[in-house]
Amino acid sequence: MVKLMIEEKAYSCQPNETVLDALLREHVNISYACKKGTCHSCMVRSPNAIPPEAAQAGLKNTLKNHNYFLACLCHPEQDMIIKLPDQSEFYTEGTVVVNEMLNRNTLLLIIAFKDAFEFSAGQFVNLQRADGLTRSYSIANTPQESNTLEFHIRRLPGGRFSEWLHDEIMVGDTVAVSEPRGHCFYLPERSEQGLLLVGTGTGLAPLAGILTDALALGHSGPIYLFHGSREVEDLYQIDEMRQLAKQHQHFHYIPCLSGKHVPEGFSHGRVNEVALASFADLKDWRVFLCGHPEMVNQMKKMTFLKGASMKDIYADAFLVTPT
Amino acid sequence: MTDTLNNQEATMSKTLYERIGGEAAVNAAVELFYRKVLNDYRINRFFDDSDMDKQIAKQKAFFTMAFGGPNNYTGRDMRNAHAPLVKMGLDNFHFDAVMEHLGATLTELNVPADLIDEAAAIAESARKDVLGK
Repeated sequence: MVKLMIEEKAYSCQPNETVLDALLREHVNISYACKKGTCHSCMVRSPNAIPPEAAQAGLKNTLKNHNYFLACLCHPEQDMIIKLPDQSEFYTEGTVVVNEMLNRNTLLLIIAFKDAFEFSAGQFVNLQRADGLTRSYSIANTPQESNTLEFHIRRLPGGRFSEWLHDEIMVGDTVAVSEPRGHCFYLPERSEQGLLLVGTGTGLAPLAGILTDALALGHSGPIYLFHGSREVEDLYQIDEMRQLAKQHQHFHYIPCLSGKHVPEGFSHGRVNEVALASFADLKDWRVFLCGHPEMVNQMKKMTFLKGASMKDIYADAFLVTPT
Repeated sequence: MTDTLNNQEATMSKTLYERIGGEAAVNAAVELFYRKVLNDYRINRFFDDSDMDKQIAKQKAFFTMAFGGPNNYTGRDMRNAHAPLVKMGLDNFHFDAVMEHLGATLTELNVPADLIDEAAAIAESARKDVLGK
């Protein structure tokens, strides 16, 4: 008999039971639907045990890598700690060490921690204000760069949280930061594969982290980054990206502007359209998409139709919380 | 008694799922099939879920079923799952289009014609439930 631990409570899993069976028998509130491994409703994570292979069938590599599994397919082989998706999160206090503008509406916020903060470049966290107001932001740096997290925060008109960060937060203030989440990150496998990175606005944040990570881990295939906005004033880190492209022959940076005024050195058009027009075929490419939800959903489909495999398409759409 | 008979049959002849290549064959078929479906204006609105990962998982379940692989879908499951699509107008015309893509996908993967016929017959057997008739 195997023991399942959820938030300090232990549940027993009988030999013929799946994790889902056991938790339902114990009246644990876990979401599920098909019980056949199809709907992925009962996906959970174990921070301490590598799940049986059969329980990870059909999941993306990045999810497998972080020990996600389907409770309905899991006959546990050992005791497991289990994290449910909606389980209350553990927050760590960090201190703001950098607080400066990247362009007219985007703030660079760097938060430092006492101890190492474990994450994969491209993941996101929840930031929480003292009154409990919480928003998700993507991490823009890589874990190798000391105990800090870097964020690109766009000011949303009427957005309570972004306005608070822009107008009130100062160097030295503390912010509560959740554990990292999301499965949009780089894994050092098939390093000869082409990487296509497409983002709008602050979608550059996770992509910059993924890019830095891929370069640091010696990715050898071609890497294309398409970053788009309407006006040039809403792009940022243009010089840094151009500099990187000079240093790395296989990295290509294509800033795109959809507005009327397009200075030299920029492509004209929506970033998704420019990116798609640049490739006849995306078979065997790995694709990362971040930013506007419509762009992300559209591009998931279009890159798939151009030949990219679903298991190679990673995306985090920004969902803007209504204020 | 029926179970014993089925088991004997299974040991005597391999299932279609095994002969066609098991999970590897399903994986190869799913993406080819789903690209065809998304490119087909007759039916793509029924498949245009915003969550593509879930769609792929559903197509995988479909192929496992069509190959007679391990699944425990009942007629009622089929009815319930497709009921919202029937409300959207799903009918024989669309079912035929899906059957067409199933055949084309398996042909493209060089599956022998007799095995394609077997898979098509299994998929065909779900027609009434899928269309809620």
